[in-house]
Amino acid sequence: MQSYLIRRLLESALILLGITLVTFILLYLVPADPARQIAGRSATVETVQNIRDQLGLNDPFFAQYWRYLTSLLQGDMGRSYLQRAEVSELIASRLPASLLLMVAAIATELMMGLTIGIVAALRRNRPADHGLMIFSFVSISAPQFVIGILLLYVFAVQLGWFPIGGYGSFAHVVLPAVTLGFLGAGWYSRMMRSSMIDVLGQDFVRTAQAKGLGRARIILRHVIPNAILPIIAMIGIDIGLFMSGIVVVESVFGWPGIGQLAWQAIQRVDIPVIMGVTMVSATAIVLGNLLADLVAPMIDPRIKTK
Amino acid sequence: MSATRTSDTRLPPRAGRTAGVIRALLSRPRSAFGLAVIVLMVGAALFAPWIMPHDPFEQSFDGLSMVGAPLPPGGEFPLGTDLLGRDLFSRLILGTRTSLIIGVLANGIAILLGAGVGIAAGYFGGWVAAILMRFTDLMMAFPALLLAIVLAAIFQPSLLIVALVIAMVNWVQMARVIYTETRSLAERDFIQVQRALGAGHLRILLRHLLPHLLSSIVVFGTLGISTTVLLEATLSFLGVGVQPPTPSWGNIIFENQTYFSTAPWLVFFPGAAIVLLALAFNLVGDALRDILDPTLKGRH
Repeated sequence: MQSYLIRRLLESALILLGITLVTFILLYLVPADPARQIAGRSATVETVQNIRDQLGLNDPFFAQYWRYLTSLLQGDMGRSYLQRAEVSELIASRLPASLLLMVAAIATELMMGLTIGIVAALRRNRPADHGLMIFSFVSISAPQFVIGILLLYVFAVQLGWFPIGGYGSFAHVVLPAVTLGFLGAGWYSRMMRSSMIDVLGQDFVRTAQAKGLGRARIILRHVIPNAILPIIAMIGIDIGLFMSGIVVVESVFGWPGIGQLAWQAIQRVDIPVIMGVTMVSATAIVLGNLLADLVAPMIDPRIKTK
Repeated sequence: MSATRTSDTRLPPRAGRTAGVIRALLSRPRSAFGLAVIVLMVGAALFAPWIMPHDPFEQSFDGLSMVGAPLPPGGEFPLGTDLLGRDLFSRLILGTRTSLIIGVLANGIAILLGAGVGIAAGYFGGWVAAILMRFTDLMMAFPALLLAIVLAAIFQPSLLIVALVIAMVNWVQMARVIYTETRSLAERDFIQVQRALGAGHLRILLRHLLPHLLSSIVVFGTLGISTTVLLEATLSFLGVGVQPPTPSWGNIIFENQTYFSTAPWLVFFPGAAIVLLALAFNLVGDALRDILDPTLKGRH
């Protein structure tokens, strides 16, 4: 286990190193000139050149990359080109909002997904099962911006139950969390359904029935806890989905998180910020996958850690 | 693919198999519905010029109300008009083309790339596999949408570029599936025998490996179109995908979103079109997985 952990940690570090390189190359290729963005339209060519010199944008590619990497390892993500702040401060100020949204979205998708999966499995091949599975297919086929705008239209504009957007109270978090959780609910309901069906077919369930335990007791005490464990282990993998989702959902709902920060930075070619958010997201994804890999063998000892 | 799991390395005649699969798809209500939607959408895309009641680019004066607001559905404009007085129904029909062209193109590139990487890594193993699969892991850890947006920002988005960007993000899943399958196939006797007999790599790959991988490629290829359609819609909604005036379901919503509270049909209909097409490919792909992979039979 220990050597497995060390190997996986090393692999994760290498993946993150690779991501810094790939992202840096991509952003290096972006045709828009950040110096021109900073200087403004009316600036002279000399001013732009000076800014390029100051930012080190005239240095060869590998010199720039090396400088970025060495400061990143010291915890310095650089300064935003357009906002007078360190990238790490910008991200730190936006992270709590995104984390709050993420926790709320995970709670939503688990509540929706697990309930649907359990009900569908218990009503297997009956109308309720078919209906719920069609719902789960629809939820994985719906783009998040469409769900978000429709929820806003029905529950904020028409019914007035929730604010149209923004941040601050519990009411603000409901619609974005449901929007983000909707996609995951579809996946979880399908996985939970087949996990339930697996467990329902196992010997210990038959033993419990033979012992004369009531159906409700068997399902609540024996089937659901066993079926839920492998599903819970997958939460770590979800983080990748969330990191893509928050860019869209935060922009639809005006939620001040790192997704909105990334989107604003991309529109204004604020390269250090784009780089910073990409690295934070990638780190979250890598850690999530690592967590999932480490939790899985604890839950199911049949999975070997090689 | 039950025949392939036994020692026989050749598959039954292709035409009969395809017909059988289509019959199986039609016998299940969900996939029959999906297939019907796909046929309908492909028809709409092919015959768009004859179906569209109006010119989708014409900013008609009749298409706006007295105060210059878009018209609600009904009457001359069956699904209403957009902010510029253009017929929404005609734009949606033409948007079907955009979605399908990008869906097929992007997914085709993703399949070629993903299957190519997966087969190469699985068949050759060793350092080829090490390099290719490490790179695949790296791509898996990339926040997909951020990557796509950055790529779209680097190049001026045209249909081809949007398709390429989506393919660059979407090939990874296919590569991992095909890698795992190829690796287990490559160790099997019938491949080892071919190697021992001195058959060339290309011959083994095309004649003996590829036929066995076909069902996975078909399943994940079908499911992949759904992912592609959704990603295209999202990029276009953010304004970095298909550029107006070329209509795409995503950019129709992008152009009109500020008015969604007064003109909800401008979000509702294109949104429904996206969901319907993505749903159709998901339903068909899921059924194909059941039909083509006998190991999953009876689990659902």
